[in-house]
Amino acid sequence: MGGEATKSIAKDVLWGGGRSPFSVSYGKMMMWYFLVSDALTFGGLLTAYGFVRASSTDAWPIGEQVFRALPGLDGEYPLIYVALMTFILIVSSVTMVLAVEAGHRNDKSGVIRWLGLTIIGGFFFLGSQAWEWSHFIHGSGGSFLLAENVTVTADDGEVFNLSKGDPVFMDHHFGHLAEPWIEGEPNFSLVESDHGIKLVEIGEHSHEAELHALTLNKYVENESFVSGDEAMKLWNSRSGTFAFGANMHDNEYAIQQAYANFFFFITGFHGFHVFSGVVINIIIFIMVIQGVFERRKHYEMVEKIGLYWHFVDLVWVFVFTFFYLV
Amino acid sequence: MERDDLIVNDSYALNSSHSEEEGAKIRKNVWKVTGILTLLTTVEVLMGIYFKRSETFTWTMIKWSFIILTLVKAAYIVFEFMHLGHERSNLKKVIIAPYMLFIGYLIFIAISEGFGHLGNFNTLH
Repeated sequence: MGGEATKSIAKDVLWGGGRSPFSVSYGKMMMWYFLVSDALTFGGLLTAYGFVRASSTDAWPIGEQVFRALPGLDGEYPLIYVALMTFILIVSSVTMVLAVEAGHRNDKSGVIRWLGLTIIGGFFFLGSQAWEWSHFIHGSGGSFLLAENVTVTADDGEVFNLSKGDPVFMDHHFGHLAEPWIEGEPNFSLVESDHGIKLVEIGEHSHEAELHALTLNKYVENESFVSGDEAMKLWNSRSGTFAFGANMHDNEYAIQQAYANFFFFITGFHGFHVFSGVVINIIIFIMVIQGVFERRKHYEMVEKIGLYWHFVDLVWVFVFTFFYLV
Repeated sequence: MERDDLIVNDSYALNSSHSEEEGAKIRKNVWKVTGILTLLTTVEVLMGIYFKRSETFTWTMIKWSFIILTLVKAAYIVFEFMHLGHERSNLKKVIIAPYMLFIGYLIFIAISEGFGHLGNFNTLH
């Protein structure tokens, strides 16, 4: 082991054994151990999701049919929004690597620039996730369950033999008024119209929505539209069970509640990690500006929070695949 | 042989600091990895939009390619962005091996039990 004595050792920073195990500092190694344990938590959650999904006998919602809205736009854009969220997180991971790299050159202004951009990326992701949750919770029209067996012909001529308890989906406009009407709010009423029925809101802002078409298999297969008299047949066979969007008790996306609950828990737990990551980044950002690490002559702290931030990106890569793609 | 695990003059580890030239090389690599991650994500999203879930062999292949692409992306994040690929190999093993062991076993046991009622992996869709 020639050469050992050629380096002077600052004794106070060495471990008891006289060296640094794995050639990393104590803090960095403990960050790695924490991340391994956190990764086991997320791995366990995603495995639980896979277990429930695999053992479910009902159809599981398809990602690109549940997540296909963009803020402020009416059409269908499958997966575009989550792809954007993924991209935001990857970019913020890149800016974090660049902040760490700048720290290795003791380039304070570089660290400030890249860490600042990382924080902004984190806020963008959190905002996107808030919108995503809001959209998931409010839903897109809602559904009702059938009270009896019905046979209907879809617009494309396909005949469906539906059973009691099967879900039927309303469109966005009709469902929007149906929710308060079901809840018995006084300003809402169901009236006959030229083409069938419509829901009307009377009051300061009067709205109305006609029952144009109902949708079958909205989230599980190729969806089919049913309109006119056939739609009325479905509407008249409705049971009292409606679902609008999702909450902890029921959801319009799937028969089983586990789907919505896993969505809330796993994306929520990930979002909580992003949030805490942003908070930690801000604290270190302030310390960088104050020159704490300049005086310390190294920016190892940026590297440690960088590890945490990349981990958040890493988890999202898996969440993205198992919730939205597969 | 020069020891590389000693903390000297506040420099705490391998590659703890580097020059402007080395930095330029590292930054170039970062942009390369960024390009790869963006490309893989784009491919995944396009495949997700184009292929519909079905009970066909094609879909099974698509599904496995999603998982493989995800693992490739994860490897780039861990080994490049998190710098694990450039750490000592014993650190690499200490991080990766226990994780693979536990999660591999968990996935195996949970998914095979989950499909118990079907009795057959091929019906997976």
